[in-house]
Amino acid sequence: MAEVACPMAGVVAEVKVQPGDTIEPGQELLILESMKMMIPFQAESNGVVREVKVNVGDFVNEGDVVIVLE
Amino acid sequence: MATKGGGLKAIRERILQMGPERHKKRVKEDYGKLLCRERLEILLDPGSIVEDGLMANCLEEELAADGVVTVLGKVNGRDVAVMANDFSVKAGSWGQRTVEKIIRIQETAMRLRIPMIYLVDSAGLRITDQIYCFPGRRHAGRIFHLQALMSGMIPQVCILSGPSAAGGAYIPTFCDVIICVDKLGAMYLGSPRMAEVTIGEKVTLEEMGGSRMHCSVSGVGDVFAENEEEALQMLKDYLSYFPQHCFEKPPVYEPAEPEKSIEDIEKVIPENQNLPFDMYEVIWRIIDRDSWFEMKKLWAQEIITGFARIDGKPLGIIANQPKVKGGVLFVDSADKACRFIRLCDAFNIPLLYLMDVPGFMIGSKVEKEGILRHGCKMLYAVSEATVPKISVVIRKAYGAGLYAMCGPSHEPDACLALPTAMVAVMGPEAAVNAVYYNHIQEIKDPKERMKFVMEKQKEYREQVDIYKLAANLIIDDMVVPTQLRSELIRRFAYYEKKPGELRYPKKHGVMQV
Repeated sequence: MAEVACPMAGVVAEVKVQPGDTIEPGQELLILESMKMMIPFQAESNGVVREVKVNVGDFVNEGDVVIVLE
Repeated sequence: MATKGGGLKAIRERILQMGPERHKKRVKEDYGKLLCRERLEILLDPGSIVEDGLMANCLEEELAADGVVTVLGKVNGRDVAVMANDFSVKAGSWGQRTVEKIIRIQETAMRLRIPMIYLVDSAGLRITDQIYCFPGRRHAGRIFHLQALMSGMIPQVCILSGPSAAGGAYIPTFCDVIICVDKLGAMYLGSPRMAEVTIGEKVTLEEMGGSRMHCSVSGVGDVFAENEEEALQMLKDYLSYFPQHCFEKPPVYEPAEPEKSIEDIEKVIPENQNLPFDMYEVIWRIIDRDSWFEMKKLWAQEIITGFARIDGKPLGIIANQPKVKGGVLFVDSADKACRFIRLCDAFNIPLLYLMDVPGFMIGSKVEKEGILRHGCKMLYAVSEATVPKISVVIRKAYGAGLYAMCGPSHEPDACLALPTAMVAVMGPEAAVNAVYYNHIQEIKDPKERMKFVMEKQKEYREQVDIYKLAANLIIDDMVVPTQLRSELIRRFAYYEKKPGELRYPKKHGVMQV
């Protein structure tokens, strides 16, 4: 089981995956609103999404776990 | 033992064969590494080697050259000094003569003012010999002392294709660049065994000090190489951007057209300031084809640092990467840029800054990491550099990001802007919110509120319009995007003639670290 941590602080603007989705490197996982920009955040490895730990509107800090993979 | 007449030839022949066969077999088969002298053969021009200290410890059968080969040689016709650990001799460990040989080749490199290359592959100091090679004036500490003194005088380049333990790990770290070979290279202060015994941590060598970790997490490594042959080729490429020493200019090569045509450059830069784009697409349209050597590519990717050539002349590029973390400057990105700028400035390599930066990251996380300290360090390096330098606002340059990327206040020879540029303390959204916060809160009707915000944002955009800044001479010129490359070539041709700028005489500044 692998955890995906948020690369920078910001507010979740959009979640682009849900549990059960197969993801691959480069795929957009979520979009973060930070520093007044929409910043896409991509997967670095392959996996299957087991849990999405954040909702749209949540503040996430750098290093917080946002997605858990199988 | 035969030590006279024909004996000499036999002894030298034995030493050139390196360590005992069983150890050589282990190096090749178990570790999958090249032998020390095989590396030198790939790196140096045929017949160019002059070796010192071949006879070190020659009375000991199994200690060929005392575990390190120190030579003068040529890389593509240019003189270099090389130190290469021999892992087939006591795992490349250091004894008294090993250390003396390393110090001597360093002194030679300084005297001749030629690049010093370190091919590192060593288990560390021989504990049994410690009083002969650890504590004294010409013992191991002096290797690092000399490295500090040589820094910025001659290029110091390292390939890490084996371990480099404890104090020995400072050899790579003191170099201008460390090329780390996948799976073979490792640096650490304490080995995994020591970590388990002293602090109770269970960790593998690869996790704790492997090439990939250092190139992508710690930022100690600069370049990640798949294998040794690639690493040796990379070292040659790296040196092609450098002069022999700090009082020379870097070599000029045949000009080449860029890999991608600049005609469609406007397509790769979206006007909407909030949309990410790939800054490499700009770089590939302005630099000479096949002239790109990137530093710390896998680390702090929100900023790009690399050597390139434009019209055959070398330069260092510092570019924000909006595709990663929005191009925001973080603690590590500031470190990465600072180090690169100082490296270029030390060796007379002109600087080109490509801006699309929303500023330095804010929030409790980065404040606790000391982002002020790190940002200061980057600004310091930008101010200190006296080489020819041009900054270009590709798109946005907000807040201290403008300063850190060598905006007008930081004495670039020219600060240019594309028509897509926006230069301001902050972006329109943040600015309107900051100025009219109370008023916005008072407007109850959401539609009215949105209308007010949009209006104010429009006004703000007009205030900081790039044509207005150009009209007020804030920037030196605006450039038609398709003419960016030719403009840079023409300008650098003038700026490259400038003498070093006048600075106040002093010992040295007190840079934040």
